[in-house]
Amino acid sequence: MSTLPVVEPAINPVEPFLRTERMPHIWCPGCGIGTTVNCFTRALVESKLNLDKVAIVSGIGCTGRVAGYMRLDSFHTTHGRAIPFATGLKLANPELAVVVYSGDGDLIAIGGNHFIHAARRNVDLKIICVNNFTYGMTGGQVAPTTPVGATATTTPYGCFERPFNLPYLAESSGAVYVARWTSFHVRHITRAMVEAFNKKGFSFIEIITPCPTLYLRRNKLGDSLDTMRYYKQKSVIKNGANTKEVEIAMGGEIICGKFVDIERPTLAQSMNMQLSKSLGSRYAGGGR
Amino acid sequence: MKANPAAVLTGAHFLDGDQACCEGALAGGANFAAGYPITPSTEVVERFAARVPTVGGVFIQLEDELAASIAILGAAWAGAKVFTVTSGPGFSLMMEHIGLAAMTEVPCVIVDVQRGGPSTGLPTLPGQADMMQARWGSHGDYEIIALCPNSPQECFDLMIDAFNLSEQYRVPVLFMMDECVGHMTEKVVIPSADKIEIFPRRFTSLPPSEYLPYKPAADGIPEMVKAGDGYRFHITGLTHDERGYPAMTWRSQEKLVRRLVNKVRENVDKITRYEERDIEDADVVVMAYGITSRVALRAIQMARAEGIRAGLLRPIVVWPFPEKRIRELSEKVKAFVVVEMNYGQIFYEVERCAAGKARTELVEHGGGTVHDPEAVLKAIREVAQ
Repeated sequence: MSTLPVVEPAINPVEPFLRTERMPHIWCPGCGIGTTVNCFTRALVESKLNLDKVAIVSGIGCTGRVAGYMRLDSFHTTHGRAIPFATGLKLANPELAVVVYSGDGDLIAIGGNHFIHAARRNVDLKIICVNNFTYGMTGGQVAPTTPVGATATTTPYGCFERPFNLPYLAESSGAVYVARWTSFHVRHITRAMVEAFNKKGFSFIEIITPCPTLYLRRNKLGDSLDTMRYYKQKSVIKNGANTKEVEIAMGGEIICGKFVDIERPTLAQSMNMQLSKSLGSRYAGGGR
Repeated sequence: MKANPAAVLTGAHFLDGDQACCEGALAGGANFAAGYPITPSTEVVERFAARVPTVGGVFIQLEDELAASIAILGAAWAGAKVFTVTSGPGFSLMMEHIGLAAMTEVPCVIVDVQRGGPSTGLPTLPGQADMMQARWGSHGDYEIIALCPNSPQECFDLMIDAFNLSEQYRVPVLFMMDECVGHMTEKVVIPSADKIEIFPRRFTSLPPSEYLPYKPAADGIPEMVKAGDGYRFHITGLTHDERGYPAMTWRSQEKLVRRLVNKVRENVDKITRYEERDIEDADVVVMAYGITSRVALRAIQMARAEGIRAGLLRPIVVWPFPEKRIRELSEKVKAFVVVEMNYGQIFYEVERCAAGKARTELVEHGGGTVHDPEAVLKAIREVAQ
C-alpha cells in the first residue's frame, strides 16, 4: 500500500485580505464584482500600504457589500452616502487611506450630489465605481448609467434616458485621477488602483462589469463569457482621451484608459493652507 | 475626565442660545461638526466654524443635511466627538442617519432648533412640533435621548450633558431647541474647564484578536474602537451579530434591537431629568418644556396670585419620557395642563401616563410666536374648579 504524498493546500494570495468566515459571498456566478475585488487585493499588496491605515466605505447594493468582505476597517453605510461618510472619516483622521467602493446606482444616482461635491472639493478619496448598468440588488431596475435602448424592469420597453458619462462627470467635477476599465482588464484595473493609492485627491476608477442575472439576461446579451469576449473585442484603450468622447452606447465601443492624472491641492491641504494663512499661530490644526 | 481648557470660554458672557449651544459643544469635547445652513440654527455652526480652528478640530459645510448627518458618523469612527445642527426640513432629511447612528451605536449629538412646520413652514419663527419626530422619526424601532433647554445658559450646560450621555450610552442624543431659545440673548456663565466633567469614549482595552465590536459589556453597552488602530472591524446598518457582521434572522434582530432599546429603557431612572416648581402642594401641574416653560411659569405665578395651587413640571430630558414621575403625580394632583407649541405631541404621553387618574388638558399653539400666558391661565383656572 503506497501512501499519497502530502500536498500543502496553496493559499490564494487574496485570502489574507478577505473575511473568509463570511464566505460564500452573495454575488451571482459570472458577476464582475468579485473580479474587481481580486484586483483590489492585489493592488493593496502592490501598493505596500499599511493595511491598518486603510479604511473602506461602501453604500448599499451588490457592490455595497464589498466593504463587508474586506479584512480592513470597513463601513457599510446608507444608500448613496458612502462619500460623505468617507469625507468625515478622512477629515477626522488624515492618516487613513480611505477607499469608497460602491456601485453606479449608489454613487451616481442617489449619491450623485455627494459625488460631484467631493470631486469639487478634491477630498482625498479613492472612488471605485463598479458599473454594471443596473440595480442588481433590487432586481434589475434602470440606472443613470443604463444605455439607451437597454431593457430594465422599470423600463420594460427600453431605456429612453441619456445615461451619465461617468469619466466626464468626474473630470468636470474636479477629480484629479480618472480611469475606466472593464472587468476583462484585470491588470489594468490593478495598476489603476495602485496609481490611485499613490495619488492625493479625488481619484475615480470606473469598472464596467457584467450583471449576468439581471442585465445580460434581460437584454439577451448572453452570459458573462460572451461579455468578456465583447469587452475584449470592443474595448479601445485610449489613455488621455477626451472624457467628453467616452460615452457608452449599447453594444458599442468601450473606451478605456487613464483619462485624467493631474495635481491639485486636496481639501485638507486647502483647508490647512487657508486657516494657517488667516490664523497664523492661532491655528490649532484639524482632526485629532 | 475634565474638559479641554483650550475649548472652554470661561467667564460670564451675553450670548444667544445658538452661540451658547456652540460653546457647550466645544466645552463638551466636540472637535468635528458638519452642517448645512438652515434658519434658525445656522449661528451654531457659524460660531463653531470660527472657533474650532483655534481649539483643534474640523468644521465642514457640506452639500446637504444627508451629507452632514453621515459625515459626523464617519468622523466619530475616526475617534472624533461630533455633532450637527439643523432645523425642520433639515431635521427631516437627517432621519435616516439617526437610525444608522442608533443601529451602529455611534455617539453623536444632533441639534434641532425647532421652527414652525410642516414643510418650509415658518423659517424664522418658533415651533415645538418636532418632538415626536425626534422620538420616532427614523424607521424601525430604537431609542434615543432628547434634551430640551429653555435658556441660553441651559443651551450651554445641557450640550455638555448631551455629549456625555451620547458617549455613556452610545446613542444619538437629540438637542431640541426652539427658535426663541436659539435667538434669545441672556447671561451665560461658563465655568472653568476643571469644573466640567467629560464622559470619555468607551474605547476598548482588548487586543484586536479578542475584540468584538458589538459584544455588550456588563451594562449592555459595547466598547468602541476607531479606524486606523489595527482592529480591522466592520460596521453595518444591517442587523448584525457581535462581530458586526450582517446576521439577518429574527433571532439576531431580537437580540440586537432589544439590546439597543434596553440601553435606554433600563436606564430611564438615571437618564430622566426634570425641574419642578411649586409642585409639593399643587392641585394643577403645568407641564411645559423649552421656551414654553417660561410662559407657563408666568401663568403659574398668575394662578398662584389668584389662590390656585399650580406648579410646574418641566422635562429637561424629554426622551426617555419621565413616565414614572407623571404616574406618581397623577395619584395626587387634580389635573395636568400641557402647554406646547404644537397641536398635541407630549400631551398624549402625559395623558397615557396619567391613565385617567388625573384630568389632562392641552393648551395648544401652532407656533410662530409663544403662547399668551392668559391662555395658559384660563386652562389652569378651568381644571382647578
